[in-house]
Amino acid sequence: MCISISNESVMARKFEQVCEILERNNYDSTKLIPILQQVQDVYRYLPEKILTFIATSLQISPAKIYGVATFYSHFALKPKGKYVIKVCDGTACHVKNSSAIVNAVFKKLGLSETKNTSDDMLFTIETVSCLGACGIAPVVVVNEDVHSIMTPEKTTAVITKLIKEEQYENAV
Amino acid sequence: MKKKTLFINGVETSFTDERNLLEVIRKAKIEIPTFCYHSELSVYGACRMCVVDIDGRGINTSCTIKPEVGISLRTHTEEVRNIRKIALELLLANHDKQCTSCIRSASCKLQDLSNKLGIDKVRFKMTDEIKPIDDSSDAVVRDPNKCILCGDCVRACYEIQDIGAIDFSFRGSKVSVEPAFGKSLTDVECVDCGQCARVCPTGAITPKYQIKDVWKEIDNPEKTVIAQVAPAIRVAIGELFGMKPGTLLMGQIVAALKMIGFDKVFDTSFAADLTVIEEANEFIARKNKNENLPQFTSCCPGWVKFAEQYYPEYLNNLSTCKSPQQMLGAIAKEILPEQYNIKKENLVVVSIMPCTAKKVEANREEFMVDKIKEVDYVITTQELAAMIKQAGIKFEELTPESLDLPLGFKTGAGVIFGNSGGVAEAVLRYAYEKVNRVKLPSSDFLEIRGDEDVREVEVQLNGSNVKIAIVAGLKNARTLINKIKSGEKYFDLIEVMACPGGCIGGAGQPFIFEEHVKKERTRGLYETDKTLQLHKSQDNPYIQELYKNLLIEPNSHVAHKLLHTSYKNRKRILESELSFMGSMNSQKVEIKVCVGTNCYLKKSQKLMGQLFKHVEKNNLRDVVEVAATFCMEKCGEGPNVMVDDEHISQSTIEKILPSLNKKLMKKNLLTIV
Repeated sequence: MCISISNESVMARKFEQVCEILERNNYDSTKLIPILQQVQDVYRYLPEKILTFIATSLQISPAKIYGVATFYSHFALKPKGKYVIKVCDGTACHVKNSSAIVNAVFKKLGLSETKNTSDDMLFTIETVSCLGACGIAPVVVVNEDVHSIMTPEKTTAVITKLIKEEQYENAV
Repeated sequence: MKKKTLFINGVETSFTDERNLLEVIRKAKIEIPTFCYHSELSVYGACRMCVVDIDGRGINTSCTIKPEVGISLRTHTEEVRNIRKIALELLLANHDKQCTSCIRSASCKLQDLSNKLGIDKVRFKMTDEIKPIDDSSDAVVRDPNKCILCGDCVRACYEIQDIGAIDFSFRGSKVSVEPAFGKSLTDVECVDCGQCARVCPTGAITPKYQIKDVWKEIDNPEKTVIAQVAPAIRVAIGELFGMKPGTLLMGQIVAALKMIGFDKVFDTSFAADLTVIEEANEFIARKNKNENLPQFTSCCPGWVKFAEQYYPEYLNNLSTCKSPQQMLGAIAKEILPEQYNIKKENLVVVSIMPCTAKKVEANREEFMVDKIKEVDYVITTQELAAMIKQAGIKFEELTPESLDLPLGFKTGAGVIFGNSGGVAEAVLRYAYEKVNRVKLPSSDFLEIRGDEDVREVEVQLNGSNVKIAIVAGLKNARTLINKIKSGEKYFDLIEVMACPGGCIGGAGQPFIFEEHVKKERTRGLYETDKTLQLHKSQDNPYIQELYKNLLIEPNSHVAHKLLHTSYKNRKRILESELSFMGSMNSQKVEIKVCVGTNCYLKKSQKLMGQLFKHVEKNNLRDVVEVAATFCMEKCGEGPNVMVDDEHISQSTIEKILPSLNKKLMKKNLLTIV
């Protein structure tokens, strides 16, 4: 297994963060959802082994945690990309042609409904039912940034820009 | 006090302390259909079968409403009937309807209610994809395609056993009942008790049948196939042939087994008598030395696995006695090949058990000598009935036959093993006479018997008080153990059985839809004890002979070899480790810190933090790998740490560092720093 050393100490630090989260929440199983939210903030998803560890620490069964983690679409059990692209497909965005945006992203990144994270772990595409910003439809949210009145072209331009930034960062 | 009444279909009906309207209605002799209602489990209200029309409240589920004075309800209006029918039709839509090839055919509640409610066609299309069947476990098979999501299994696992090996996952149309992370049952903490299968209304969870293998052995002329029949079978199998629960049918079982083709039929109760003597002597010795108390019984494999997973610190407290099933297998394979003049590998031992966990027990590696299993196959009461039917035997018309000697002769003590409290009572019948050196005035210890799933009694043995607890259901066992741990309770002897009511309520027994059935089976076993001439294991002449000719004395060397076993910590979830820090360098020292429950409670995560700091501070990242593992199966000595191949128990950072440095020096890795 070839993981860079820096990567591994990142993993160690993340695990320490999980321990801190559990401690902050007093190992209280009734706080399972906030705990999972905070842990997901650390990893960007909920790794299986970490969930098992949380189950052990909270003294509840792993099956119960798995049940909660799979119930809410907010929780992800598979690693997500560095950039999570949420394309709104609510009624307002849908009538303004949001599906063309989704298809454009799929095409640009070689993704599909069943495979929605790119192999380089940079991008994940998701559709959401309504972002509550129908006045600026169609809406695309990349991580925390909201992009309004989008078109397929504008969206792929955003992605191209992010890819360039990443290449620049890696070169440095 | 004034009588409390309500109105069912206009008829004034009195009620007392019934928990819900459903119970009141059923007492009024009106059958209300249900899938998700079990009196022993919590109320769930999911299946919508029990809806009734309540004046002023409309259509409601009767299982979720408390009886109140003056309520007026109707149980089968057109609207109510239609709602039930549509709900059922929707359940059937995605159900795998291959009833003819389902082992629950005829005992399936879904099939039964479809008939009763007059479903003549299902108008909805199947929308679910076919999901894979989980047949990893030797105890039960999970077929999600037959699941109707009533949640009975999930609640049984939590509420009776406090395990939670399966739960609901996903949401909406994707909901399914499964182990954590979609794993198979063998990879999670399931103890194989099968209570999930016992409460499942359909064929979604069923015991794993071994009938085909047994037929094959019977058909093989080279093999001598013997059967051993557990106590609980004889009072339950009749239910599958239209007879009353609790009817003693041992003689008919022997006749049927012989007709099927078994060469000899023995009684697991014989081995239960043997267990009594071994276990009682073990207990007396422990009591005298005041060590490893309380002594827990070890007859129930579901409980044994539970203890191995959750209470490693109490493994020394488990009786080392094998269960009667394994004792009979061990003795049979030891003495019968010579008696029958056959090769050991041509002797096949088939157990007939009320239990699914026994199937797994028989496969434990501890119970295999030179690759020969003590017990080759385990079939349940249901499976025996199926074999009888496959052979075309008219069970209800059979003339009883007698069991074979010597392993078929038992006393009443061996028979009551099938009841919760039976093992403890049987042990007392022996221990009382052995310790007090007087004959028991009456062999019955009535104070031990009862319906409650937790019972506590005190008995005088040689002037000292012996405190005994009887527990059925692993949730009750957990509660009791926690009380012992906290010092709130003290006991000398604890009988644990995983299933409510004991073995008579096992998952291999005929399906029960009425509450009184278990009580009838229990009564049946106590009555069988009464009708036998001998009631105490020590009086069994064939047991005496066995000690004389083979075992010498209780707990002797030979007895230990044949009749005793050992236990080990078991991981609950199969998991590899989490690697956190490490080098690509193949020359490195690996430190593995256990973060399983026991070690975690002993603050192993702090230890890991300290190790991280040490590695960072001393710049050892290139040469040291730190990883977390889930269980090293040595929980009693936690926190456990492995430094390369060296195991450090009760670890502290002070204990780990010298070992780490030594390893680094040895590998010449310190020079890199």
